[in-house]
Amino acid sequence: MAAEGYALSRRSLLRGAGLIGLGGLVSGCGSAFASGVAGTGPPPNTLSYWNLLGGGDGTRMQAMQDAYQKQHPNVALDAVVLAWGNPYYTKVSLATLGQRPPDVAISHLTRASILAQAGLLEPLNENELTPYGLTGDHFTPTAWNMAHTNGTLYAIPLDTHPLVMYYNTDICKKAGLLGKDGSLKNLDDPAALTDALTAAKKVTGAYGGVVSINNDTATQWRFFSTLYYQLGGSVLEDDGKTIVLDDAKAEKVLSLIQNLVKQGLIPTSVDYPGAITTFVTGKAGFYFEGDWEITTYETAKTPFSMTAFPNVFGGRYAVQADSHSFVLPKDPSRTDATRKQIFVFIRSLLGQSSTWAQGGHIPAWLPFQKSAAYDKLKPASNYKHVANYVRYDDRAWYSGSGSDFENIMGFAIGAVSAGQMAPVAAIADMRSKLVQYANTPSPV
Amino acid sequence: MSTQTVTVDTGTRVRPATTGRRKRRGENRAGWGLATPFLVFYVLFLIGPTVYGIVMSFFNSSLQHSGLGGFAGPDNYTEALTSSDFWQSMWHTVLFTLLTTPPLVALALMLAIFTDRLSRGRWFYRLVFFAPYVIPSAAMALIWVWLYTPEIGLWDKWLTAIGISSPPNWLADPNWAMISVALATVWWTLGFNFVLYLAGLQEIPRELYEAASVDGASRWHQLRRITIPLLNRTTALVLVLQIIASLKIFDQIFLMTSGGPNYSTRPLLEYVYDIGFTDFRTGYAAAASMLYFLVILAVSLVWFFASRRPQRGA
Repeated sequence: MAAEGYALSRRSLLRGAGLIGLGGLVSGCGSAFASGVAGTGPPPNTLSYWNLLGGGDGTRMQAMQDAYQKQHPNVALDAVVLAWGNPYYTKVSLATLGQRPPDVAISHLTRASILAQAGLLEPLNENELTPYGLTGDHFTPTAWNMAHTNGTLYAIPLDTHPLVMYYNTDICKKAGLLGKDGSLKNLDDPAALTDALTAAKKVTGAYGGVVSINNDTATQWRFFSTLYYQLGGSVLEDDGKTIVLDDAKAEKVLSLIQNLVKQGLIPTSVDYPGAITTFVTGKAGFYFEGDWEITTYETAKTPFSMTAFPNVFGGRYAVQADSHSFVLPKDPSRTDATRKQIFVFIRSLLGQSSTWAQGGHIPAWLPFQKSAAYDKLKPASNYKHVANYVRYDDRAWYSGSGSDFENIMGFAIGAVSAGQMAPVAAIADMRSKLVQYANTPSPV
Repeated sequence: MSTQTVTVDTGTRVRPATTGRRKRRGENRAGWGLATPFLVFYVLFLIGPTVYGIVMSFFNSSLQHSGLGGFAGPDNYTEALTSSDFWQSMWHTVLFTLLTTPPLVALALMLAIFTDRLSRGRWFYRLVFFAPYVIPSAAMALIWVWLYTPEIGLWDKWLTAIGISSPPNWLADPNWAMISVALATVWWTLGFNFVLYLAGLQEIPRELYEAASVDGASRWHQLRRITIPLLNRTTALVLVLQIIASLKIFDQIFLMTSGGPNYSTRPLLEYVYDIGFTDFRTGYAAAASMLYFLVILAVSLVWFFASRRPQRGA
């Protein structure tokens, strides 16, 4: 009797436990689980928003979302932060193909163009945007232009983030590089740049400037392409089917980099965090990177300022950049009401550009960009004039932020920066790899 | 599958022949029933995707479009087999395997013998040698990138302290990057082989050593004539597990060098990742991974036939 009772109770215990578990699964994770399995979708009035903003940008975006939420308490804002880079865009693509995309997502403009070509984004009708003030005359023209793909608007720009020059004000002062008003001397010439780095090196006893190399193709590409664009060069044309890499111009830029390396003005082996450490610890007077490290140096209390990357080769000014923008992944089931809600949300975030601009990005929203309040935001507004001179990656299915185009270019440039390869060999390397991509039919 | 065979075996042995068949059928059914949850997952997440991958490798599938895309025939395979990038990354995978397998087998054996012979503090050494294995790859990569950091990294400091004035540029020199990753991997995964060897050592009867020492065999002779021969089966297992684990190299390289400098460490799996996820060409990526699958299959088959022979003889 006892044994039988035991056997029964064990069986019923297991059964009971199973039921409890199943019940918990259905009721506990109710909304996500049930809606996922049944495909019913989230409750109405939910606004799902994906972004890839971490660090200081993430904090500021959170503050902007909170402000929106306060003004619109009836909307359930469901914001998801995902890791930056390729996996983010993979998720956006697959969620859209799987017909469960977010209502609105952040995308780099270079990536929005690829998503648009793949037919994964909702085209935006400019008339529909007018009531919200989301019209071309309110945005940086270069960014607004890039937000169009084949003549149709697919994205609403939030900012422009160019490569900029950070400089240590103490070191530059000691090196005699600051004018009486405290501003940096003009470095718009290869010799002027080299001299300034030499002067800074004398003060630091280590390096003049620093550019991240190891495990970082993107920064190498930003540095090289800015100089290359200043010579008037392009790399790709015809949506990536034609390579127009100008060997002479590329060699000129790479020789300048090689020269800096040979004189020991920049470190030949340093990764992204290492470059930051080099600048923070005063081992380099100059640091070249996108505008987003402003928060890092403010937090570290580094005596620094920022300015536009110098026009080293003196042609028409150009600097490499990309932009964050808002896109609407394609969703046939999205109602007009949700669409309107999305535009209200975007308009609300753009209206908080004063918060966003603290992260160093040049706000695309002209009402703020042209305001006195932005002028007062230093050093972030020092380089605002470059917004209309920026160059995005040449359009191709394999180019853009985090792409293999940037990897191919960045690896070859990095080999020159590390003193491992001669410019001519690096250019041959770039070309041989790019040709394979140019000859491959676009999978987009 | 294996569960089922075991049940049948015990069934036939214990039960009388008359009721055996019905009983066997019942247990058969129970066996399948018990295996079902596993089989469902196995088919859903392993067999299914593998078959889909084979199909996909004959199409121009894209990450940006649903469905298989246009039929490509053998084009993807031709492209992979004629691509220098494919062969370069395949070589990197093989090179990594060649660099990591011998030390991971030999060192694990040495450390296991060392630990086994200790009379005191054995638990401490077991823990010390095994501990790195439980660290996730991301954490391990972080630690080693710090160690390898030029100028301010610990390796450089230590090497300068002992008089090596210009230490190699670990992760940034194309000639050193793969060696550096291999070194970190040996430290990280040694523990697994170490534990297998420890288990193998404990299986060896102590009497053999006693008898040998009575016969006047030195420690070295005991090692050569008793320990190593009796560990043969363990070594065969460790070797094949290690080769397969090394061929799967992706995480460490992706995290520590991204395949650089200038593609000098990109392993095959990162090539597949790059073309599949970065370039959206999932069809081509499937073809490349099928070719890689064949390599792993070949290695497994070699082991399969090699390990069957001695058993038959015994």
